[in-house]
Amino acid sequence: MNRFIVRRAFQAAIVLGLVSIFTFLIFQVIPNGDPAARLAGRTATPEQIAAIARSWGFDRPIYIQYLHTMGKIFTGSVISYTQQINVVDQIRRGLPATISLAIGAGFIWLVFGILVGLLSSLRPGRLLDRTLGFLALTSISSPVFVIGSVALYFFAYRTSILPSGGYVPLTDNPLHWVEHLLLPWISLSLPFIGFYSRVLRGNVLDAKHEDYVRMARAKGLSSRRVLVRHVLRNSLIPIMALWGLDFAGVIGGGAILIESIFDLRGVGQYAAESIQVLDVPPIMVIVMYTAVLVVIMAAIIDVLYAYLDPRISLNA
Amino acid sequence: MNTQELLPSALGPGEELPVEVAVGSYRLAVRRLRHNMGALLAGVLFLGVVVCCICAPLYARYVAHTGPLDNHISEQVTVGGHRRDVVSLIGIPIGPTWHARFLLGADFNGRDVAVRMLYGGRNSLIVGFSATAITMIVAVLIALFAGYYRGWVDSVLTRILDVIWAYPAILLGVAIGTSLALGGISIGPLQLSGGSLYIPALIIGFVNIPYVAKPIRGQVIALREKEFVDAARILNASGLRIMLTEILPNLSSTIVVLVPLMIANSILLEAGLSYLGAGVQPPNPSWGTMISDGVKLITSSPDLVLAPGLMLVLTVLCINIFGEGMRDALDPRAVRRRTRR
Repeated sequence: MNRFIVRRAFQAAIVLGLVSIFTFLIFQVIPNGDPAARLAGRTATPEQIAAIARSWGFDRPIYIQYLHTMGKIFTGSVISYTQQINVVDQIRRGLPATISLAIGAGFIWLVFGILVGLLSSLRPGRLLDRTLGFLALTSISSPVFVIGSVALYFFAYRTSILPSGGYVPLTDNPLHWVEHLLLPWISLSLPFIGFYSRVLRGNVLDAKHEDYVRMARAKGLSSRRVLVRHVLRNSLIPIMALWGLDFAGVIGGGAILIESIFDLRGVGQYAAESIQVLDVPPIMVIVMYTAVLVVIMAAIIDVLYAYLDPRISLNA
Repeated sequence: MNTQELLPSALGPGEELPVEVAVGSYRLAVRRLRHNMGALLAGVLFLGVVVCCICAPLYARYVAHTGPLDNHISEQVTVGGHRRDVVSLIGIPIGPTWHARFLLGADFNGRDVAVRMLYGGRNSLIVGFSATAITMIVAVLIALFAGYYRGWVDSVLTRILDVIWAYPAILLGVAIGTSLALGGISIGPLQLSGGSLYIPALIIGFVNIPYVAKPIRGQVIALREKEFVDAARILNASGLRIMLTEILPNLSSTIVVLVPLMIANSILLEAGLSYLGAGVQPPNPSWGTMISDGVKLITSSPDLVLAPGLMLVLTVLCINIFGEGMRDALDPRAVRRRTRR
């Protein structure tokens, strides 16, 4: 087991290194043209462009630029192009809203995803299963920003039951915190609920035909006990793995669309706003930070998986 | 029953022995799919959407008499005998007129929403289909090489997939989209300007690769241990030949199942990217850009979000329902899933 953990950690470290290189390349190599010229604006003289290139280090070899950028990210001193403010501070400021969004939505989509999946797997092919299946597919097929903006229209603009966006810290007023996050939580959760319920339904129906379930039933266990102790326990492991990754994605600012629609001022919205003005450093740092979270989470999940499911060989 | 009766000699003239014809898995799948009314209906509906979008220029020319990019911001239109501004003085566009002109209203630039929706659908579908084509071709090739050769080839390719997979799709798409929108691409013979439709297609196709390559690679690894692959190897077939003629055909049902899923995902991702300004570039319409424009006016004209939004959801839902029907039809385990116990 320990050897497995060490190897998995080593693998994760390699991927992290590659992620940082890849992210750097996206922004330094792919864009056509000179970054200094872009930064200087349309009316800049060649001397100005050269000065900018020197001060931002664009004239140095690419690997030096890479190491330089990494150094700046680790020491937390990345400066944005447009506002010239510290990117890491800005991300830190957005984290409470993003974490609030992720925790609430993650809880809702996990609970309801499992609930809906279980309900539809009880009697496959019957009316309840078909209805839930159709609803699940509809929610998977709906982009979150359509769900979000329609919900905003009906609950905030038409009826003003709920506020139309913004974020109130939990420590300021817990009631307002919930009020402001309710719509974002639900809008973000709906597609996940649809997807998780379909995955769980498939897992449960597959597990029902496994030998160990037949064995349990043959022993004379009640069907409830078979379902909870044997079928569900094994069907939930992949769901938890999925959840871990999606949760890490949302914490990392992956809920960029929902955050912008509900004006939560989190990490994702910071990314979205930087995109509008083509401000590269914040996007680069956020993308890197998210990827790091996901890679670490994936490694943790793999280790937990091996721990929970003894059928997985640790040497594979 | 006497076994003698089954022998050919026992048959009378003109009678034939009942022969059990082996049915191919695809014919079986089609047979199962034919009984799945929901999936068929969804497929037909999707085809309808595709045909409508292909006919966008006809509608624009002969019914609406305006193009997808034509502004009518300062014009008036007659609705029920009244002259009305296309866009009112305070900037609120006209709602659905249910007439040939401005059937679904106008947007803030006075452009016909119905016309834009058809052209936008065409763009969304083009991006969805081309992205899926890119994903499938590259992912299957990667999966074949990684799964068949194993060793260092596998390690390198899997690490690359892990890297792409580490980013949430929308974030990676936005990152690459932003950096490409700055100046387009010019890699050797590939020249695309920043506003080209194929840039979002390329990005989405790239971002989706690991989601296809990972499961297929697993299957290749299982297949390469099979006897028929050993047999081909003994016949001195080259690696490439084994991959293409022995392994690839056995992947076909997985590929067929993944295609509709990827088309649906690609269309959704395109909408998300366009919403953030990193996908289809304005003034070119797509469902995502239309929703993005409409959100700014949602308090006064919610139909600007609802019309393209419903169209998008309907289209993706049809693809998903049809895709699920296809999966059930191709998956041998699905039979017992449907039957109750």
